[in-house]
Amino acid sequence: MFRFLIRRFIQALIVMIVISIISFLVQGRLGDPVHQMVGQSVTLEERKQIRDELGLNDSLFDQYIRFAKKAVRGDLGVSYYYKEPALDVILRKLPATLELSFSAIVLIIIIAIPCGVIAAIKPKSILARTLMFFSTIGLSVPIFIIAIFLVYFFSVEWQIAPSFGRGETEVIFSFWETGFTTWDGIKHLFLPSLSLALALMPLFVRLIRSEMMEVLQSEYIKFAWAKGLSPMRIYFIHALKNTLLPIITVAGIQTGTLVAYTILTETIFQWPGMGFLFWDAISRVDTPLISAYLMVVGAMFVITNTLVDLIYGLVNPTVRLSSHGL
Amino acid sequence: MGIEPDSDGFFCIRRNALLIYYYFGTVLMQKPSFDLEGIIMKNIAFLLITFNLWITSLGVQAASLSMAFDADPVSLDPHEQLSEATLQLSHLVFDPLLRRNQSGIFEPRLASHWEQINPLTLRVYLREGVRFHSGNMLSADDIIFTILRLKRSPDFRAMFNAIAGVKKIDALTVDISMHQQTPLILNILTYVFPMDSAFYKGRDAIVKFGETFASKNMSGTGPYILTQREPGVELIFKRFHKYWDHESKGNVDTIKFTPIRSDSTRLAALLSGDVDFIHPISPIDIPRIKRSPDIKFVSMPSTRILLLHMNQARRIEFRDQRVREAINLAINQSLIVEKILKGFGKAAGQLSVEQFSGHVKEIKPKYNLEKAKQLMKNAGYGEGFRISMMAPNNRYVNDEKISQAVVAMLAKINISVELKTLPKAQYFQEFDNRSADLMMIGWQSDTNDSNNLFEFLIACTDQNTGLGAYNASSYCNAKIDDRIRAANIEMNAERRTQLLQEIEIILEEESAIVPLLWQSLSWGAKQNFKIENIVNERNFPYLGDLVVE
Repeated sequence: MFRFLIRRFIQALIVMIVISIISFLVQGRLGDPVHQMVGQSVTLEERKQIRDELGLNDSLFDQYIRFAKKAVRGDLGVSYYYKEPALDVILRKLPATLELSFSAIVLIIIIAIPCGVIAAIKPKSILARTLMFFSTIGLSVPIFIIAIFLVYFFSVEWQIAPSFGRGETEVIFSFWETGFTTWDGIKHLFLPSLSLALALMPLFVRLIRSEMMEVLQSEYIKFAWAKGLSPMRIYFIHALKNTLLPIITVAGIQTGTLVAYTILTETIFQWPGMGFLFWDAISRVDTPLISAYLMVVGAMFVITNTLVDLIYGLVNPTVRLSSHGL
Repeated sequence: MGIEPDSDGFFCIRRNALLIYYYFGTVLMQKPSFDLEGIIMKNIAFLLITFNLWITSLGVQAASLSMAFDADPVSLDPHEQLSEATLQLSHLVFDPLLRRNQSGIFEPRLASHWEQINPLTLRVYLREGVRFHSGNMLSADDIIFTILRLKRSPDFRAMFNAIAGVKKIDALTVDISMHQQTPLILNILTYVFPMDSAFYKGRDAIVKFGETFASKNMSGTGPYILTQREPGVELIFKRFHKYWDHESKGNVDTIKFTPIRSDSTRLAALLSGDVDFIHPISPIDIPRIKRSPDIKFVSMPSTRILLLHMNQARRIEFRDQRVREAINLAINQSLIVEKILKGFGKAAGQLSVEQFSGHVKEIKPKYNLEKAKQLMKNAGYGEGFRISMMAPNNRYVNDEKISQAVVAMLAKINISVELKTLPKAQYFQEFDNRSADLMMIGWQSDTNDSNNLFEFLIACTDQNTGLGAYNASSYCNAKIDDRIRAANIEMNAERRTQLLQEIEIILEEESAIVPLLWQSLSWGAKQNFKIENIVNERNFPYLGDLVVE
């Protein structure tokens, strides 16, 4: 276990270095941050001077070395727009994104698992066919179209859910700004988390269904039926537990998709989280913030994948970390 | 959102209760003997009660406003960036010396009046009794401080270079001296938003990329105090109760400003009732907003001109006037406005919009495909040629679609165009490098005058003076440069107008550029918000005067 964690840590370091290099190479292509900050009448001469002061005219290699030296000390630069350390800005926006992702995951679990199981038990029933039909649509329709439809019906037509923002928030534990403690905050969470959940749900419904169908054919399930166990116990305890392994793997890989979708969802709903911040930073060419975001997200990937591997061992003790090639 | 009872109203009720108590108290406790003091007090108390009840019933109900625009200010420092968002903020928290009303006439604000005492000096008299949010009183020192600071600001100094110095005459009078006669001095003074010199003194550095005192703190004289700010998320303003303008009918007490980038989200926020006032509205959404009975739509032509530069340094073909004219004739501006902007714009045949003095009524956008083809043939390019074109795709309203339409229209005269559209962050870098043969640019004159357009877009490029900084056509005409210089110091309005109009006529004759259109500004609001009275062509809504019914 300890060796596993050490190895993971070294892997994480390599991943972070690669991410930092890539994020730096991308920067040169994003545009000129100075142009975003000055008015139209500022001369080329003055703009060049500002670029000099910021060190943007140095070679990319020099800039990278400078960045890397600071990054080692935990300093990822100061955001041009927020005028604060980029890491502080991102960490301040982190709770909003985590709460949104958490709500979406909860929605996925409470909706996708029953749906997948039902679709697997009676694959020919009308209910199962309807579920499959909607999951196909969900897979093929892009998330922003779903989100726009949700906003149109829930906010514009019926006016039951707010269309943008986080609403009222409260600070708990002196650093975590939460929307869970107020009714207004929960109302604001409804549409964004639903559309984020809808983006990933079809995949899980289909996955649970196919895994479940396979497991239901296996010998030990037949034996359980023969023993006369109750159907609920067979479906939801014996069968479901053994379908979870591949699902957890996919869930770990899907964290990346989840992060990518938070960028879209947050932009559509003006959700003040990290994804929205990143989108904004790109349009403003706020390069320190862009690099910092990529580093933080990279770190989150490594952490979630490590957690997934650990959970793996818990769900199925036959999987040992050392035999896992880790 | 909506109307809430004024906090003062509540206070009045409590005060009335106290007075009533006092009134009955004095009546009951009156001694039988003659008590002059008691009677006087009793009557005063009675009068006060009546007066108070009357005031309470008359008092306008204060309202709150929740608004969503597409951008929020980069900094709280009014001199850090010359941008629309910064100036919108300045009009809320600061007050200009003077401003333009909806019909374009100068309106005194912090300057009560002004006079030209000699050709190079303007005397400005300040309003009395104006208070900053910090409690300090406005004085001549603040004006001097502000103008000197503007002259230091990289973004503003181009405009304020015209001012040589400011001298204090007395506590409320200053003399502004100029290097040369400056016909546009009043236009420039609309950018002077006096800052509280005692508040900022010693910590007034202007830094573009970094935190300064002024980028995080504000003290102005304006109708609103910023109470909360989360960049990119929201700004909250409260009305300044010691605001000098008592004649203003504005009754908005709190403003919640949310920047919403996405057009559809912003519109949904208004339609769902989450916000009261939005800008801008995408042309394709206008029919939708007009269908809603609870929402009003306000539109106004802006002064921003959209044009194409034909680079004569890159392409020998563009040096032939016939080719330039053919391109102008092949592009149908009216069709672009009608089909792409759904009528929310104005087809342009010149740079100056109607209200600018350089505007020439006779110059209209021309479209004649046959003549264009003929001209191409005469020039020896009947077979056409290939060119490159670049345009931004998120800077101007429907900029990408407009550039695609241009490509299709030029194909009709056998010019095949290779179009590349880029986000604004990358586009303007390419524009500075003059990377394509045909480049799109939009320009809004900071001084609300034609000459600013000519100086930046048409004048021969000069690195030292900064003239022609955005002239991507390499077009250079001494006759135009002479007139630009002359118009800069011409005090006679009629002669100045003539100079500016002559420039437009030369541009049209030589087909130097391709003017496309003037965009329209559009706002949407709930019916009870009287935004139609406070919006203007520069998009600086005077929210201090906003009335909510």
